[in-house]
This record gives sequence, C-alpha cells and structure tokens, in this order.
Amino acid sequence: MLQSSIGRKLVMATTGMCLVGFVIVHLLGNSSIFIGADGINAYAEHLHALGPIVWIFRIILLSLFGLHIFFGIQLTLENRAARPIDYNQKKNIRTSFGAETMIYTGLAILAFAVYHLFHFTMHVTNPEISASVLPLDALGRSDVFTMMVLSFQKFFISAVYAGAMVTLLLHLSHGVQSLFQTFGVLNGNTLPIMEKIARAAAIVIFVGFVSIPVSILLGLINI
Amino acid sequence: MDLTLYVWRQDGPDAKGKLEQYEAKNVSPDSSFLEMMDMVNEDLINEGIDPVELDNDCREGICGTCGCVINGIPHGPQEETTTCQLHMRKFSDGDSLTIEPWRAAAFPVVKDLVVDRSALDNIIQSGGYTSAYTGELIGEANNTLISKPIADYSMDAAACIGCGACVAACPNGSAMLFTSAKVAQLAVLPQGAIEAAERVNNMTEAMLNAGFGNCTNHYECEAACPQGISVKFIAKTNREFIKALA
Repeated sequence: MLQSSIGRKLVMATTGMCLVGFVIVHLLGNSSIFIGADGINAYAEHLHALGPIVWIFRIILLSLFGLHIFFGIQLTLENRAARPIDYNQKKNIRTSFGAETMIYTGLAILAFAVYHLFHFTMHVTNPEISASVLPLDALGRSDVFTMMVLSFQKFFISAVYAGAMVTLLLHLSHGVQSLFQTFGVLNGNTLPIMEKIARAAAIVIFVGFVSIPVSILLGLINI
Repeated sequence: MDLTLYVWRQDGPDAKGKLEQYEAKNVSPDSSFLEMMDMVNEDLINEGIDPVELDNDCREGICGTCGCVINGIPHGPQEETTTCQLHMRKFSDGDSLTIEPWRAAAFPVVKDLVVDRSALDNIIQSGGYTSAYTGELIGEANNTLISKPIADYSMDAAACIGCGACVAACPNGSAMLFTSAKVAQLAVLPQGAIEAAERVNNMTEAMLNAGFGNCTNHYECEAACPQGISVKFIAKTNREFIKALA
C-alpha cells in the first residue's frame, strides 16, 4: 500500500484532510480573539487544562505532518524523474497555479509552521512580548491576548503571517478538491462543483486567518 | 500560408537532440498537419537532409499513432483531435510552430518525433483483460445483459486509443488516465468485475514500474485527450483501489 501509486496518494489525501481539519479548528480557536482578552485567554486556558491530551494531540499532529511531508517530497521527486527531459514549450490548459506549486507552498508552510511554533508556542523569537514574561491577566490566566496584539502590531510579523497564509490559500485551493478526487467520491458532474467549493473554502480560511493581524494593525483589536 | 517550424531532431535513442528551424512555404490551409509535414520532408529530401521521422498510421484520427506536441499541447491546439485530424486552418500565416515528441522517461525517443510507447502495452498486459471462458457450454457473450448506462460508461472509457497524450500532457508524466480508462471500463462489466481488485493493483504497479509518474490531479490529461476521456475514471480507479484494500 505504501509503495503503490494510489496508496501513497491516499495517505496524502487522508493526512491532508486531517490537517485541513486542524487548520479549521485552529482558525475557530483563534477567532475567539474577536471576543477580546476574555475569549482567547479562556480558550488558551481550556486547552492547557487538557494536560496530557494536548501532548497526545501534538504527537498525532506531528505524525500527520511528517507523513504528508515525507510522501509529498517522495512523490514530487518521482514525478520529476518521470520527465527527465523537459519540453522547450509546454502549455498547461486545465491545471492551476496552486496545483503546480504544491511542493513549494507546502515547504513554505512547513517553514512558517516552525517559525510560528518558535514565536507563539516556545516564545523564542520575540520573548519580550511572549505570554511567559507578560503579567497574568485579571483572572490570573496566561495573557495570550496581549501577546497576540503586541506581536501583530509589529508590521514584519503580520506581513510574514499574511504571506504564509497566501501559500496556505494556494496549497488548499488545489489540495481540498484533490483529496476528494483521490477518495474517489467525485464523478464527471461533481468534480467542477467541488473545485469551486474547495477554492471558496480556501478563500474563507485565508480571510479568516488574515483578518486577525489586519484587525490588530487597523487598531480594531487593541489592548 | 508560410510557417516557421522548430522541429525536434534526434538521431537515435541515445543521441542528443535539438530543435531545428525549417520553413514551410505555400502551405494550404486545407491541408492536414501531416500533409504539411510531408511537404516539408519532401523539401528536406531534395536538399539532401534526412526527413523528419514522424509516427503515423491510419491518418483518420482512429489510432493516435501520429501524436506529437505542437506548441506545447499534445496533438496541437484543437480539442479532442489527433494530430492527423488537425488542419492548418487552425494556424495563421506567419505562425511559428514548435514540434516535439512526447516527453516521458517511459517513452524513450526512437528518432525525431517517434517515441517507443510499449510501456503502455506493458500496463495492459499486467491486467487490461478479462479471463472469461467462452464456448458453447458457457453460451455467447450477449447472453449476459448489461444495462444501457453501464454499457455507455464502459464504452466511454473504452474510447481510449492509447496514444499517450495524457502522459505527454501530465506535469508528472503519469499514465493514470490511460490506466484508469482500462480499469474503469472493465470494472463495471460482469466479466471484468471478477478480477477488478487484482487488475487495479497490478496495472497501477506496472505503471509505476514502467517509469511513469504519479497522478496529482492536475487534470491536464483530460484536457489533452483526443478522445475526451474523463478524469472521472481516475476517481473510479481510486475507488477500485480502496475496494481492493478491503
């Protein structure tokens, strides 16, 4: 199964679907910042209160990422080897920019995810404004709200974040419809509809994530 | 009409090839692409140059042997049309045409625009058949009734002429559309359903072993296919693979 062409494609689709699920849950969690400090700090507190479950979840997530990246790179290398001599002129008719750049957007998302963890989870890149040095909020909770606002008020951090979300948008614009095709649930009539739904979903996820730094930069969310 | 051609010339499988520039003068818009190439070749022969090797057989759009990549599109710019059925009226006076062979590791160039497509035969040999008993005791094939929708579905898949344009168009050099057309064609029929699981496993394995790439759902194959084979057959093949796992 893990050597076959379709088997590995199914691994990409399954892990991809789980990762999209994670991205959606992450977005819903993050959007609690629009309720204010009460919202996001309470959300963070609840997450941390889960204790070992958080670690089980993290290990599962890491494995999903690992499998998706490993097979993604392996398949890309195989596919390149399948055309050792390139065309002098090649015109693509049906495919999309998102589909053609999956490996690059994928690697960009990986690089961003590492930076993102260093920033918000491990507090390495901007320790001076991390929740670990900020005073606790009025209810004695870790002040994730202030950390997010102070971080995204820095234009550079917001720009990197928004750039990463563009790569996620491109990756999902192909990935979401592709996974349904791989699961074999589409036919000639439903494929074009799913392509539209998947692109719309990718745009909604993009707008959702980017609305947070934009709202902070515009001063709509403030300390 | 006058055209400038950039044609891939390669002496043999191991030789290094390159694009050569030729002029095609006084081409009738009503001539076919292959007739235009015949004229260019006559000029080359008169000049003492080796003519361009170009695979072709039926010249009726049935066999697909004539396939080559014209201006970046397998079989040229006309949808659902083989190279031989492409007519010069699709081009304009003064156009430049880049003409290249199918490019895939599994399709080694034999000479110029001719590639060896036996890798597709190897895929068929690995499972593109049914082991049905025939003869008086079994009764004739028409005794097994097949509903019209299933017969149509199967025939749509069976329309594949095995030209390899799907491979040539695929950014991954994958033969998934070719393979899945046969998998789907046979899987829906009672005679083919028996070996469906074996077939999908063996044929996709043979595809990979032949050096074709993996499908990543670009759908370029469907856009290039002269027979209009749908990528729904790839989805069907994925379903058959999942069924075979169980």
